[in-house]
Amino acid sequence: MLPEIGHFALILSLFFTVALAIFPMWGAQKNIPALIALARPLVWGYFVLASISLFCLSWAFYHNDFSVVYVAKNSNSMLPWYYRLSAVWGAHEGSLLLWIWILALWTAGVALFSRKLKKSDVARVLAVLGFVSIGFLLFTLITSNPFERTLPYFPIDGRDLNPLLQDFGLIIHPPMLYMGYVGFSVAFAFAISALISGRMDSSWARWARPWTLLAWGFLTAGIALGSWWAYYELGWGGWWFWDPVENASFMPWLAGTALIHSLAVTEKRNAFKSWTLLLAISAFSLSLLGTFLVRSGILVSVHAFASEPERGIFILGYLIVVIGGALTLYALRANTLVSSHRYKLFSREVLLFCNNVLLVVALAVVLLGTLLPLVHKELGLGSISIGEPFFNKLFSYLYIPFALILAFAPLIRWKQDKIQRVKKDILLGAVATVFTLALCYFTYSIDNPWTLVGVGLALWVAIMTFVELKSNKQIAKLPMSHWGMVFGHLGFAVMVIGIAMTTFGSVERDVRMKAGDQVELSGFTFTFESIEQVQGPNYSSHLADFTVQGGDKTYELHAEKRFYPVQKSVMTEAGIDDGLMRDLYVALGEQIDDDYWGVRVYVKPYVRWIWLGSIFMCIAAVFCIADRRYRHVLSWRSSADKATSQA
Amino acid sequence: MNPRRKQRLFIASLLFLGLAAGAALILTALDENIDFFYSPTEILHGKKETGLKPKIGQRLRIGGMVKEGSVVRSEKDLNVTFALQTNGDVVYVTFDGILPDLFREGQGIVAQGHLRSPNKVEAFEVLAKHDEEYMPPEIAEAMKGIKHEKPQYTAEQLETLEQKKSY
Repeated sequence: MLPEIGHFALILSLFFTVALAIFPMWGAQKNIPALIALARPLVWGYFVLASISLFCLSWAFYHNDFSVVYVAKNSNSMLPWYYRLSAVWGAHEGSLLLWIWILALWTAGVALFSRKLKKSDVARVLAVLGFVSIGFLLFTLITSNPFERTLPYFPIDGRDLNPLLQDFGLIIHPPMLYMGYVGFSVAFAFAISALISGRMDSSWARWARPWTLLAWGFLTAGIALGSWWAYYELGWGGWWFWDPVENASFMPWLAGTALIHSLAVTEKRNAFKSWTLLLAISAFSLSLLGTFLVRSGILVSVHAFASEPERGIFILGYLIVVIGGALTLYALRANTLVSSHRYKLFSREVLLFCNNVLLVVALAVVLLGTLLPLVHKELGLGSISIGEPFFNKLFSYLYIPFALILAFAPLIRWKQDKIQRVKKDILLGAVATVFTLALCYFTYSIDNPWTLVGVGLALWVAIMTFVELKSNKQIAKLPMSHWGMVFGHLGFAVMVIGIAMTTFGSVERDVRMKAGDQVELSGFTFTFESIEQVQGPNYSSHLADFTVQGGDKTYELHAEKRFYPVQKSVMTEAGIDDGLMRDLYVALGEQIDDDYWGVRVYVKPYVRWIWLGSIFMCIAAVFCIADRRYRHVLSWRSSADKATSQA
Repeated sequence: MNPRRKQRLFIASLLFLGLAAGAALILTALDENIDFFYSPTEILHGKKETGLKPKIGQRLRIGGMVKEGSVVRSEKDLNVTFALQTNGDVVYVTFDGILPDLFREGQGIVAQGHLRSPNKVEAFEVLAKHDEEYMPPEIAEAMKGIKHEKPQYTAEQLETLEQKKSY
């Protein structure tokens, strides 16, 4: 019964979103208050129905209702309850439902926290969000219904969740990532609404900014979680593979990063208007493109679920409608938005613009590297793949001007500045950087020039961030958003140090070992102590004990090779001793014969800094949103309410 | 020229230079890092679209089915050799390292490496499909090729078959 209610709720929510896309927009255009007032009730209805739908599917998973095809395919009665719940988004249909629910959540959020905004503007924004929802609801209902039944003959047990996904990181990675992806729809809706109404001033940017920052923060967290998961779960110790699906999430992130900076200019200086709009449209379009790439199954990837061609065609059509429509609207209306603000060549505006351009070039590189193989194949030129060195090389080049500018741009004044004014600060920063880099060079004997460049520029960014902080007269009185910037830039520096040190400093060896064998690796002695068979809830496993001796300390590592009988698949659980300065990493490969195993033994310096940096960036997003001026903007009480409560 | 125009010219030429340099960098990086995908059949007989055979020493991707019973391991280290086949054509792959969890005889894999002799690839990376249902599209396609060409009769044999049927 419940799955049918869920299905019905989903169909009903489609009607709500259709109404939401039409009536409030019409009302806003024709100035009909009754239609404008419909927006919020329609959003509540949509949100409640989407929640019911998601709840029904979760319930079916929790109670092992294998009469539902999707549950039977992705769960098993032996699966622990938390994985049964996260299995809701373990495959295509359910992850779409999660996507829809999150979109409903953002829409409801906008409806709740926008009471101060002009009613017709809110109506437009909500209507655009409703329009976006229609596509996904139709897609789910027509091609990927998660509530389909197997009745009258249903399986006794399910086919289990893909073991790769049976992991804590994967419980939270998809929701976080989707919060980011879908969150950009709010910025998109704000942009479209501005294009339709033809009004876009700094108060518009003040509205759009916290929402964009929030989405960006979630996306950062989502990508970092995915990278962390790949590091310990895929069992080969890498943290980024330039896999097309990773790229699909990285592209909106790059656009989003450019967007939050461009929005800052629009809010503070009333400039870069059409550029900001274009970025807002791009960020969400790239999220949609990512969905298309992942869900249509044209990619070779961990994330490619079994797929059907009609799904790809549907999303492609939807993509054309949304992106094409938005860009057409942009082409028609962007010229009506004039940026009246003037600035000189040496000003913060120009520096921010330079970094925006560099981010967009980086985005173009990723886009090219991801799409070229597809285009090449569709043109009948054969399959190709683009190697990791392509991305690594170009990102290394782009990083140099990016970091150089990023470091001192916050010191430069808006509108117009003179280099003489900041010469002392920059000189101080440069000297400190060279000194610290020399210190690092001699302590770690870094011999790779790219590591030196990476670490050196990261130190430059970090040190200049502190220099800028010091140059403010009253640090205690700085607004929260300033602290957000400080943390964001420090996070970037920390992350790059992690990347540079791990990429060039890691020592990795694959060795053939049996219990009792030892191997030396950059000052650590890894001993393969023993291996035994263990039984888990829904798997059996070989559990290997390793001890690692380094200096005068001994560490114990447990590496596991699990076999999941239902899906007949094998999983690697790496044994990791994590530390701020280095990770010790052991993963079991294949069993070669009765005694011998292939074993991966890694020492990875500073790898944690990559994720530490992302945590900094998430904190940065929180700080920016917590800024005073948004608290006023985001109040859920309308101004009329406030007037009465004060009276 | 008035200073404002001068400044504009300066910015425009700077932008142009930047763009040109960027494009040149991207193209060279791309040129160095494109790996073509071949099935064993294509390595031996040339690509089906262009008829081109890979050169010795070229970096490439190869995908096919691991031939049953072809996996040979070294006694001392992790060296392993196996045969990949599509359409009855076999190419040998050597690899020094740990094979992925889902590597099994009789299943599809993709390897990335250098062609060392006309039928030997030295791989630096081996990827296996990720679960029971999923097959890398490239292999799926290579396998489709087999279905098209599978009837191993020659035209003459077919004719005799037809004649037999008509009796």
